Amino acid sequence: MQIYLPIAEVSVNAFLLLGLGGIVGVLSGMFGVGGGFLMTPLLFFIGIPPAVAVATEANQIVASSFSGVLAHFRRKTVDLRMGLVLLVGGLAGAAVGVQLFAALRAIGQVDLLVKLCYVVFLGVIGALMFVESLNAIRKSRGAGGALPQRKKHNWIHALPFKMKFRTSGLYISVIPPLLVGVAVGVLAAIMGVGGGFIMVPAMIYLLGMPTKVVVGTSLFQIIFVTGFTTLMHATTNYTVDMMLAVLLLIGGVVGAQIGARIGVLLKAEQLRILLAVMVLAVCGKLAFDLLVMPSELYNLGTGGGHG
Amino acid sequence: MIRWLALMILLALPAHGEEVLADLSQNRVSITANFDGSEILIFGAVKRETPIPRDGGQLEVLITVAGPSVPVTVRRKAKWNGLIWINTEAVEVDSAPSFYKVATSGPFNEVLKDTEDLRHKVSIERAIRSVGAPMTVADAASFTDALIRIRKHENLYQEQPNAVIVNEQTLFRTSVALPSNLTEGNYTARIFLTRDGRVVDVHETVIYVQKVGLERFLYNLAHERPLVYGILSLVIAISAGWTASAVFRYLRS
Repeated sequence: MQIYLPIAEVSVNAFLLLGLGGIVGVLSGMFGVGGGFLMTPLLFFIGIPPAVAVATEANQIVASSFSGVLAHFRRKTVDLRMGLVLLVGGLAGAAVGVQLFAALRAIGQVDLLVKLCYVVFLGVIGALMFVESLNAIRKSRGAGGALPQRKKHNWIHALPFKMKFRTSGLYISVIPPLLVGVAVGVLAAIMGVGGGFIMVPAMIYLLGMPTKVVVGTSLFQIIFVTGFTTLMHATTNYTVDMMLAVLLLIGGVVGAQIGARIGVLLKAEQLRILLAVMVLAVCGKLAFDLLVMPSELYNLGTGGGHG
Repeated sequence: MIRWLALMILLALPAHGEEVLADLSQNRVSITANFDGSEILIFGAVKRETPIPRDGGQLEVLITVAGPSVPVTVRRKAKWNGLIWINTEAVEVDSAPSFYKVATSGPFNEVLKDTEDLRHKVSIERAIRSVGAPMTVADAASFTDALIRIRKHENLYQEQPNAVIVNEQTLFRTSVALPSNLTEGNYTARIFLTRDGRVVDVHETVIYVQKVGLERFLYNLAHERPLVYGILSLVIAISAGWTASAVFRYLRS
């Protein structure tokens, strides 16, 4: 069944979109990631204009992270105070990101920026995850080696403006969480992702937050950052396609719940290595497009002052 | 008196005294949510008071359908620092139809002379207007060529020789397939009657292509009340997220 998308102005198969939403939803449920980093490139591949894909994906992430954060609220694994600090940084970052996006769109470089961001971040995260899970598998096969000691005190504890985060059991400066928030906000606006795949490692390794509150807190602030991003894209770029978002999020929210069930059945290291391979594959495809001479050197954009 | 009348008729009729009468199977195309392209039949007849002229060449029919014209920016990629491909040069094409189809009853060059093409802007190349390219771009023509190539590839520009069927030099018809990636606006259909490559008569009519229903509503809302649209998008997202969570919690218990 073909569906004509009113904002993207292309006609696509509705079942394809539901299926894509479902598959990415299953993966995000299995691996505990937002799935935006997979969905946005997939939307590029099926011919949705990148500007529409990025803005609409932000809207879809609002749905999936809201669905997820409810479960975390029930388990009391959301550090609201930390979430709010991250959020302040995130909103500032998102505002900057959307303006940057609009400026680059005007000079025709937005596709490049989005794709470069994807190649860099997917490459780095994918490689790190791959190595880490490979080590974990090797370790679980051999005798249980000594766990790496986490440093209790580093340069972060020397910064001023300290604040108590009771749920996380931390007493640290507000500057690092603010900066992490800004970085993720900019990425959310440019890449159409929640930024969970950057936020989660940053919270664990940089801020030293306990793992059990990390996912809930990250989801909590992602809702607001992507929600704000959606609004900004809708008002500055007019690129949020509601029809596309609804089709994706129906598939997505159902898939996420199914994925969470499947995830329980698989071993954690196997899951992570699978995810790493997938991330690297998407990264490889995007990098290939940038490095190899395109079959069509020219591309079209709307003319001066038209949008 | 009779002489006057004859003169009047002679003056009123175009050369050869042949007129084109044409109609469309539909002059309104609605882009609904499940719009998947549309096919329009253009048909008509040649009206004449005198017998078919024997001296002139074969009667040919040429039909064009053009979407609304808007400026288009054509960008070219080049290798940046020998590493990655990025958009570098850009040429602004002042006006290019979003959709253009030329169907003829014979090979284009035989149906229409170049001078007539220039006057009526019939071929795709002539329908696109590009005034000035920036001085930094040496080969501006290749940008217009690229525009035509890309749009042809997307089926938005179509050239179809021998696609108009002419019967007995009087009846003609052709069908125009409007693709699913259509944009809205007023489309103009032109029907040219030619002999020896010269235009004998032209008929022009309009096809209205519009988003309707939900498509219309969403598009208008997004552009006229972007804030309301954005908030509505968020409300839908939040309620979908909440519903999924609630439904699956209910199923689990």
